[in-house]
Formats: sequence, structure tokens, C-alpha cells
Amino acid sequence: MKRRDFLVGSAVGAAALAAPSLVRAQAPLRMGLITTLTGPGGYLGADIRDAMLLAIEQGNGRLGGIAVQPVVEDDALRPGQGKTIAERMLRTDGIRLFTGIVFSNVLGAVAPDVLDGGGIYVSPNAGPSNFAGRECHRNFFAVAWQNDALHESAGRSATELGYNRAFILSPNYQAGQDALNGFKRMFRGTIVGEQFTRLDQTDYAAEMAAIRAANPDVVFQFHPGGLGIAFIRQYQQAGLLGRIPMVVAAPSMDHTIMNSVGDAALGVNLTTHWNVDFENPGSQAFVAAFRAKYNRTPTFYAGQAWDTALAIGAALRQTNGNVTDTNAFRTAMLRADFQSIRGPFRFGPNQFPVQDWWSAQVVRNAAGQLEIKTGRKILENHSDSYAASCRI
Amino acid sequence: MTVFVLEQLLNGLQLGVTLFLLAAGLTLIFGIMGIINLAHGSLYMIGAYAAALVARETGSWLLAVPAGLLAAGAAGMLIEMVIMRRLYDRDHLDQVLATYGLILFCNELVTLLVGRQPMFVGIPPGLAGAIELIPGVPYSIYRLSIIGFGLALAVGLYLLIQKTRLGMLIRAGATNRDTVRALGVDIRLLYTLVFGLGALLAGFAGIMMGPLLSVQVGMGEQILIMTFVVVVVGGVGSIRGAFFGAIIVGIVDTMLRGFMPGWMRGIISDTAQADALSAGLSSMGVYLLMALVLLFRPQGLFPART
Amino acid sequence: MTRQNVSIVLIVVLGALLLAVPALAAALGNPALVGLATRVLIYAIAAASLNLVLGYGGMVSFGHAAFLGVGGYVVGILFHHFRFSEPLFGVIAGSDQLLVVLPAAVLITGILAAGIGALALRTSGVQFIMITLAFAQMLYFFFIALKTYGGDDGLVIRRRSALFDLDMRDDRTFFYVVLGFAVTFFAIYATVIRSRFGLLLGAIRQNESRVAAVGIAPYRYKLAAFVISGMGAGLAGALLANYQRFVSPDMLHWTKSGELMMMVILGGAGTLFGPLFGAAALISLETYLTQWTERWMLILGPVLILIVLFMRGGIAGLIDQLLRRLK
Repeated sequence: MKRRDFLVGSAVGAAALAAPSLVRAQAPLRMGLITTLTGPGGYLGADIRDAMLLAIEQGNGRLGGIAVQPVVEDDALRPGQGKTIAERMLRTDGIRLFTGIVFSNVLGAVAPDVLDGGGIYVSPNAGPSNFAGRECHRNFFAVAWQNDALHESAGRSATELGYNRAFILSPNYQAGQDALNGFKRMFRGTIVGEQFTRLDQTDYAAEMAAIRAANPDVVFQFHPGGLGIAFIRQYQQAGLLGRIPMVVAAPSMDHTIMNSVGDAALGVNLTTHWNVDFENPGSQAFVAAFRAKYNRTPTFYAGQAWDTALAIGAALRQTNGNVTDTNAFRTAMLRADFQSIRGPFRFGPNQFPVQDWWSAQVVRNAAGQLEIKTGRKILENHSDSYAASCRI
Repeated sequence: MTVFVLEQLLNGLQLGVTLFLLAAGLTLIFGIMGIINLAHGSLYMIGAYAAALVARETGSWLLAVPAGLLAAGAAGMLIEMVIMRRLYDRDHLDQVLATYGLILFCNELVTLLVGRQPMFVGIPPGLAGAIELIPGVPYSIYRLSIIGFGLALAVGLYLLIQKTRLGMLIRAGATNRDTVRALGVDIRLLYTLVFGLGALLAGFAGIMMGPLLSVQVGMGEQILIMTFVVVVVGGVGSIRGAFFGAIIVGIVDTMLRGFMPGWMRGIISDTAQADALSAGLSSMGVYLLMALVLLFRPQGLFPART
Repeated sequence: MTRQNVSIVLIVVLGALLLAVPALAAALGNPALVGLATRVLIYAIAAASLNLVLGYGGMVSFGHAAFLGVGGYVVGILFHHFRFSEPLFGVIAGSDQLLVVLPAAVLITGILAAGIGALALRTSGVQFIMITLAFAQMLYFFFIALKTYGGDDGLVIRRRSALFDLDMRDDRTFFYVVLGFAVTFFAIYATVIRSRFGLLLGAIRQNESRVAAVGIAPYRYKLAAFVISGMGAGLAGALLANYQRFVSPDMLHWTKSGELMMMVILGGAGTLFGPLFGAAALISLETYLTQWTERWMLILGPVLILIVLFMRGGIAGLIDQLLRRLK
């Protein structure tokens, strides 16, 4: 409902602003926003959608001065469904610009279709290794991260914290495999156990038993969204919390997970590229605007989507809203002429980010509430290990 | 290693008693009314949702548990009176389809009322944490209490069926429907009661699993098919079969999940491939068991005594 | 007009309508209609195949999605090996030719159906429902386990299979190809049903022991029906994989088996064109109700229950009644 009201409002606003001489018979640019809105990962997509809508709203229905109409659809974390939606948007609705996908497996089914069909994809979250390396593409841009890089920072962090024996777990899909590879790449200790879970798993009893049997001195796990909530709770119930510390990357401990699991989150070490306590003005303005509009703290998913909207806006401004000339769009996009809430940001040769990574920890603040507090910089101007095998 | 095996045995037992609560109702409905009820999982979901909602709003599990039971029991009896009653004389195909339609309806109705986001409810305060029942193996108190409640309910159900008049009728009904009718019993009332009882047990399973997993639309279908495996393996219409079938299925499934990755990694070096293979193969295990039972002992391992 | 003439007129009208779908879609400015019609035809093949065992043979298979999915995976896997030029098991070369992958899919689902049917048909009634479900579940998890072919993420088929020099990427061309297969399929199907074999199958459904008493072994005929039915579903799966250029274990999920059964019952079990009507009704309902309201399951669920409870014979039965009144 809210979305529809907003669309009507922005259309009226845009009409009022447009002077007669400027009225071109041009409909707003439609942008496909396919994301996961249902199931355990539903709030991830909701945050991505809401941040993008916020960015468009702040531009009075425009991104980079170009009127944009987002078309939001739910992929339900099913690759097949995402593909069907993308195909319809591409072929029936003539949409050329796509964004929004949360999960790498959905992206894996959607992106080839979009790219083969002459479309552009700008990723606000998923950054699977194949698209960063061998299968990189001129019209594929990742604003968030390359999946491995995120977990490389966690591997580095675990090493710096002095842990030697790690047990590592993640769901068995592209991003999960990237996660474990990333962690292993920068962790200097030994891996005493490695286990893949299933993306639709809800009961982690067997994994808890395996962790206990391996008796590691740190657990690294990648379970985004609702999976993470279930995992950490069961970790606590199994009596492992407090015995074996956990080092994770941002997706396994976002603000929603922290609030859902409560004190079980206290003390968890994480690594991230952005957090609500970043002090740059762009970040603070975004957090304030998001809180004012939605009455909740934005997760980093919202932050990435905000940056994605800004990046798209910057490119649209330079190309005057033309997304069919993909070469011009690409040149504009790669300039990354926007102020990222993460601070320094540029695209690497594979069109994936080059950025800094920070450590953080869940602590109790003065008011007695849990918060994620940013610590040291762990990796500076970090790109990813696949850029070399990308030939664009 | 023994520690791992013991913990997995407990996990298997916990899954087993949960399956039993669902299978007990299903097997009775199957045995007495001859109905294949695909919507049995929906009752499990309704119980879980009702309890989770009440727990979230009031913060009290003393209110949440009765609310879940009431919702599941009432939904069960309503479904029996409005739909199931018309299906008793139909063939299995009609039953499968009508109850399939019922699943679609229930799932969408819950989505409409509660939304698509899963609900995460906390463990009841007194049951949080872990306890070292076996030295060196701290085990979740909540999971232990599920095992306890499940076993207690199994005993209660045994007594109900063996020692009461209602139980006598149920036993008679399961083996010979016409005898019961000949006794002058109001068979419609009996059917409604049995359906309600099954719904109550399914609802209780849902209530207990809520805090452990997450309460979400579709949770019923995830466990439903496994419940059918239990019913078939144990023997249609047999409560005893449902109990032993559930424990066997629960332990076999958990053990396969626990040990398959280790075996597979001995064969395949790539962990991602080995784990995917073992996840798939261990899920296949119980269905293989079901197929074997159907082929070599179609009446089930513990058929109802006649 | 005699009954037979009416049927012929109906078939001609139906055929003309189908041929005109792409033109109609263009005229209505609704290009999505072509895709919709393609899906209807593909599911009609699958549902009709199920109808052979379920409607004509009285065997309630709750696992037919397995054949649909395996048919799809044959196409996906062969394309995968074609694309990366690595022979399967080191000997079988991949392929992207429709005239290779389709027969392969039909052959493999046929062999699979023979295996499953040979075991499952030793049971009957509820046991048969459950054992077909068990086999389908095993296959479902088998494909989840196959990480090489995507596991539960599914397998993307970058290009549709090639047929001569046709532009298969064009939805209209692909529609006519599917229409061609559907017409051929239904022609063979009608022949099978009217053959001695088809009549015997009906007799077995009505009274198996009487057929056995005449000295005919029902088991062999039931197995043959099951195999033909599996092959048909495999063909549909191969076409579906081509249409959506994607296969995933979802195609083998038990709810998919439920959907196929729904199509058969909705259209009319044991009728020639019932499954086509059922597929058309269900897929259009799904497509248009979704556009109208997100809560379409809230309507579909009760509709299904009402149909089962009160409308015997499905859409085909309804049409039959209408025709009778016309006379």
C-alpha cells in the first residue's frame, strides 16, 4: 500500500515540477527491483527495497535528476521465480535496468538472462565469485562487495584475535562456498571442521553436535537473515555460547539478528564495510532519514541499497537517463561519481568494489541496549581475488 | 566420538517424538476414517502460530500453550465438520486433492493474518539453557523437555486407547468400522472427536517446535511428508506403529545426517560437493525405508492388532 | 449433428484458436499471451500423461512430477555438457539439438518409469499413492544432491535447444514448435486410448479380478500404461526446461505432482481433452488471479475443494453436459 501511495505522490510531484517546455513525452525510466521479500530472508529484501525507495523519494521521484519508477517484485528466494520475473520484465515490459537481488543463487539464475537480453544489472548485495572472475560482464556492476572479500576480512579478524582452531559453516550455495573460501584464504590457523548446511534448513542440532565434538577455539559461520537468527539461538541452547566464541562477517550479525537473539549476540566479533555508527556526513544523513521514515535502524543491506541507488543516479545523470547505450552507461557508472556512505569507494577492473573493511563487536551501550560498535580498520582498499581472471 | 553419537541419539529421539505427535493423529484418521489428510501439517502450523502470537503479545507461555491447543483443536473439528465429513466415502484421489486445496487455503489465510515474515519466539524462560545429563554432553533443556512431553503424551495416549471407552471405540473403529456402527455409537461424533484429538496432538507438536525453529508459512508441509513415512513404516491405523515408526524414522534420519558427511568426504574431496551429496542422500534415506516397507511388509512394521 | 461431428467441429475450432494465438496476442497488444499458451500446452501434455494412469487406469500416482523433472534435467544436463564440451561419464557427448535431447529425455524417463512402475505396481490403493510419492521424493533429493548440476539452486540453460535453423529464442517460433509436439502427442494419445490396450486399461480399472479371470495379466498392461505415462511427462519436462531455460528440483517437488493431479481432475479425469482444459484453467487462473490479487491461493484452495466435492467430471464433463443440451 505504502509503495503505491508513494508512487502516486511522486508522479504528482514530478508533474508539478516539470515546466511545460520540459514536458517531453517521456515516461519515467522503469527499473526492475527483484528482491527477496518473503521467508527467512524477507527482511533483507525489505531493507533493500525501502532504502532504494527512500533515495528515489528524496530526489522527488528521480535518481540523478532522471524520473525513475521502480517495479518491485518478490523472488521468494527461489531462483526459478526470480528468472521468470526477470524474463517478463525484460521481454514484456521492456525494462533494461535491474537491481535488488539479495541471494547469490537467485542472481545466478537471473543475471545471465538480463545480460544476454542486453540489460544492465547493478547488484546491491550478492557478489558471487563467478561474476567477479571468469564470467564477469561489461554490464554487471557490484556495489556491495565480492562475497569472498567480506569473509576474508573475517578470516583476517579471527587471525588477529589470536584464534588457532576454527570450525566453519555456511549454507551450501554459491555465496556460502564463497564465504568459506574467503575465510580460509585469510585465516592463518587450522580448520578443524567444515560443514555445509542447507539454505532451507531450520534445525541445526546435528551441526551443534559436530561443533562440540570438534571442540574448536572459534566458530565462523555465515547464515544470513532468519537462518542466522535460528543458528545463533540454537548455538545458545546447545550450551556452546560462552564456551566457543564466534567470529562472523556482517550478514551473520546485522541489527535485526542482534535484536532477535538478544543477549546471545553480546560479544560476537564481526567484520563489516559499513555500520550505522560511521561518522561521515552522508552516512549520518542516511541513517537519520531511514530512521525517520521507517522507524527502525537500517541494516547494512539498506546501506548498500542506498549506495546502489546513488551509483545508479550518478550514472543516469551523466547519460541523461539513457540505459540502452550500455557503453556510455558503463563509462559513467565506472566513474563512481557519488559519495558512498562507506567513505572511499571505487570500482575495480572487474566492476566490483575496492573498499575498506572494519572490525566490529556487539556491545552493551550506556543506555543498556545492544549495539554494533565499529572498531579498527582491518583491510584497506581491498578488492578481491578474482579480479585477475576477469577479462572485460 | 561417543559424545557425538550420544548427542545425535538425543537429537533423533527429539525428532522422533515430534513426528510421533503428528503421526498419531494422522494414523488414527487414516485408520479409522480411511482419510488421507494432507492438511494435517496445517494444523501443526496453526498451533505454532497461535501459540507464538499469544506468547509475543502477552509474554506468557501459560497462556500461549492453551491458545495453541485451542486453535489447532478447534480448526481440526471445524475442518472435519465442514469438509472431511463429505470425503469419507470418496476415493483417495478426491481426498488428496481436497486436502491439498485446504493446504493452499490455510497457508494463504495465515499469510493474510500474520504476514509473510517468519516469527521468532523465545524459549519459555524456565526451559532455556543447557544441562549436562550425560557428563561432557551439555544438552538443550528445551529439547529434553520436548522428549519428556512427547513420551508423557505417548503414555497418556496409550492409556486413553487401552483403558477408556472412547479408546475401545477407537480401537474397534480402526479395525472394523461396521462393528462400531452396529454398537449404536454416534459415529459422526466419534469421528469429530478423533479428528479433534489428532489436531490437538499436531498443534502441540507445532507449539513445541515454534521456539526451536522459526514459525513460518509452509512449516507444515516440511514435516508432513515425513509424517506419512512414519505412518506407512509403522503401519496404518496403529498408534504403537506410529510411536515406534516415529522413533525409527527420527533416529535414522538424524544419524544419516550426522554421519553421511563424514563418509562422503572419504570418497569426494570437494567439501561442497560431498556435503551436498550427503544432504541429499541422507534425506533420501527415510523414503527408501518407506519404499522397502511398502514392498516387503505393506501392512507396516507394527500393524494394528486385529 | 451427431456427437462425433460436434467433436470434430470442436477440435477444428480449438486447433484454429491455438494456431491464431500469436496473432491474437499481437492484436491484443499482449505478447505474454504466447508464453502463457506455450505453458498451457506443455502442462497439458504432462497432465494428459498422468491422466492415462490416473483417469483411464485408476492408478493414483502421487509422484508424476518426478518424470517431469527428470525429463527437464536430461535437457539441462546434456546442454551443460555441450556448453563445457566435457562428455558425460567421459563418453556421452552433450547436445543442444532438440531432436537429440527430446528423444533422450523420453527414453530415460521411460526406463525410469519402467523401474519405478515395476516395483510400485506390486502395491495398490493407498500403498500405491505412498510408494509413488516415496520414489518421487527420493529423486527430488537426488537432484538436490547433484551439486555439479546446480543442486537446489537449479541449472541454467543459457540457450534453448536448436531445431534446424529456427530462431528458438523467438517465443512465437517456440510456441509453434511446442504446438507441433502437442498435436503429435495428442494424436498418438487418442490412438492409444481407443486401442484394444486402452479399452483393456479401462476394464482393469473397473474390475481387475475379472480381467485377470479372463486370462489377461493386468500387471503387464498397467506397467505399460505407467511407462507410456512417464514418457509423456518426460517429454513435457524436456519442453518445459526449454521454455523456461532453467531446471531445478522444484520441478520434482511433491506439490508439483499435486498440481498435475489438480489439472487432471479440474479438466476431467478419463477424458481426452480434459487435461488440456484443466491445464488451461489452472495456469490462466494462476496468471490472472496473481495479477489481480496476491492472495489468489485463498480463492484457488476453496475452488479446488468445491470442485472435488460437487463437480464430478471436471470441465470436460461440463462441456459434455452442455453439448447434450444442445442436441
